[in-house]
Amino acid sequence: MDELIGILEGLHPDVDFEHTAGLIDDGILDSFDIISLVAEIDNVFDVQIPASEIVPENFNSAQAQHDLVERLSDS
Amino acid sequence: MLFTSYSFIGFILVLFVVYYLVPRRIQWMLLLFSSYLFYFLASPEYLIYISLTTVSTFLAAFWIDHLAAVHQEHLAAHKSSLTRDERKAGKEALKRRQRRYLVACMLLNFGLLAVMKYTNFALANVNSLLQAFGSERQLAFLNLALPMGISFYTFQSMGYLLDVYRGKHPAQKNVFRLALFVSFFPQLVQGPISRYDDLSQTLYGPHAWDWTSVSYGLQRILWGFFKKLVIADRILVAVNTIIRAPEEHQGVFVLVGMLFYTLQLYADFTGGIDITIGIAEVLGIRVKENFNAPFLARNITDYWRRWHISMGTWFRDYLFYPLSVSRPMLNLSRSARRKLGDALGKRVPVYLCTLIVWFATGIWHGSSWNFIVWGLLNGVVIMVSQACEPLYARFHARFQVKDRLAYRAFEIVRTTLLMSAIRLFDCYRDVPLTFRMFGTMFTTPNYGQLFNAEAMKLGLGGADYLVLAAGVAIMVASGIRRKPVSMRERLEPIPAAWRYAAMYLLLIAVLLFGAYGVGYDASQFIYNQF
Repeated sequence: MDELIGILEGLHPDVDFEHTAGLIDDGILDSFDIISLVAEIDNVFDVQIPASEIVPENFNSAQAQHDLVERLSDS
Repeated sequence: MLFTSYSFIGFILVLFVVYYLVPRRIQWMLLLFSSYLFYFLASPEYLIYISLTTVSTFLAAFWIDHLAAVHQEHLAAHKSSLTRDERKAGKEALKRRQRRYLVACMLLNFGLLAVMKYTNFALANVNSLLQAFGSERQLAFLNLALPMGISFYTFQSMGYLLDVYRGKHPAQKNVFRLALFVSFFPQLVQGPISRYDDLSQTLYGPHAWDWTSVSYGLQRILWGFFKKLVIADRILVAVNTIIRAPEEHQGVFVLVGMLFYTLQLYADFTGGIDITIGIAEVLGIRVKENFNAPFLARNITDYWRRWHISMGTWFRDYLFYPLSVSRPMLNLSRSARRKLGDALGKRVPVYLCTLIVWFATGIWHGSSWNFIVWGLLNGVVIMVSQACEPLYARFHARFQVKDRLAYRAFEIVRTTLLMSAIRLFDCYRDVPLTFRMFGTMFTTPNYGQLFNAEAMKLGLGGADYLVLAAGVAIMVASGIRRKPVSMRERLEPIPAAWRYAAMYLLLIAVLLFGAYGVGYDASQFIYNQF
């Protein structure tokens, strides 16, 4: 989780990712950020996120993203 | 059949009556019949193309779904005996088999779209090359009639297929129901590009007569006609006067034409979508909004989140994301980081995908270079503004202006001017001419003409400008809002008597001031040609 927060803070240093929900719904992360994030996750966790998983529910919070990474690395 | 023709108004009025007279379980069949009749009246041969798209999409989705069901059954039957690796291998084999149907269907349908829409454009470019290399040989153009709405229904069908492939929803098991989803006539000519899981919730009914829904739908249709006939088709005269005689209309006239075209396009496209959504609402069907006050956008990315939303999200979900997270792009990202460093390297694949997507968006709008340049320019501006984000962040940290009204107004005006300037490519439809005319805004010192009433008539009379000013004022007042709300919600607090009076006045305005008298010709919707 800490590594993921670190990646997110690299994208937007001014956002408190640990306590912010609605990252997509509130427009904090845009499609550029999502792609950078997916590439970082692939780089750091060696988990490839398919396009079908790029939906707001999976990216709205750091916790949701963490759950996604866990789920994909288990499957 | 134009949306703005008397025959279309007659067509929908008859449909509305019959729709609520027939048994509710066959309402969707009536809609399918009406949609195919609408298409048949445009040109009988178009039916071949839309039927081909429908049947091929139905079969591919059916098999993709069937393979997934068989796989699930297999998993359920052997749950305890399969190892994790075996389950993973089974899933990969399933995806491989599903992908064959997906790719075959997409090649067929996008291939059909490409042949019908881009063959003559490709031939024209080959001819230009042949000429450039001194050859006298020229290839003959093909006589291809672009089926009405092919760009819209192809994208809508392929979106449905991709969603079935991704397991977002099951395949439609009735080919006629799918045929209605593909051909639903109000959105056939200019969108929006609906998603199956949205539209199917209300498309197939049954729908009981609901006066509230019907009256709000009719109001929305009327509002659409007002925007189209009173504003868009009137201002079209001035826009045409400017762009059809570019040598006589430079400098300030280009600026006026640019702003007028922005207004025309907005009134035309949103008016058309109002009519679409209104017709659907009368029928009890919910079609998603396609606009959210685009000219209140504070930057170009924001603008594209608000303008033609269904197209933007289609390109994002089905092209930008899959392309960006594909293995080759991730590999490119890694290699670019190694060679260019983290900060720059990670931008390379994102920028590349952005340019590809905007190239596709441009060429989707039309088979000519002006649309390609228009698309690429949008991509470049988005990339530049993304690259400048750290600068903006520093500026905003230093100067606390971000939430000030004046600064927000500046951002809105800047974005509107930028988008309008890029739209000049759509307006002049000639790349070198557009660059030249854009340049004259800065090199031709004729801004005094702005106060020359005679020169600024541009084919319109004083009364036309009064009607336009009033129409635009009403449109702007209705468009300024903090969040997307339906016309229904906006009119709710007004007493019924006032509401009906306002609608009556709107109807009178359309009938009296609609640009379809002598000297006018109710034109096709701009987005119909895409």
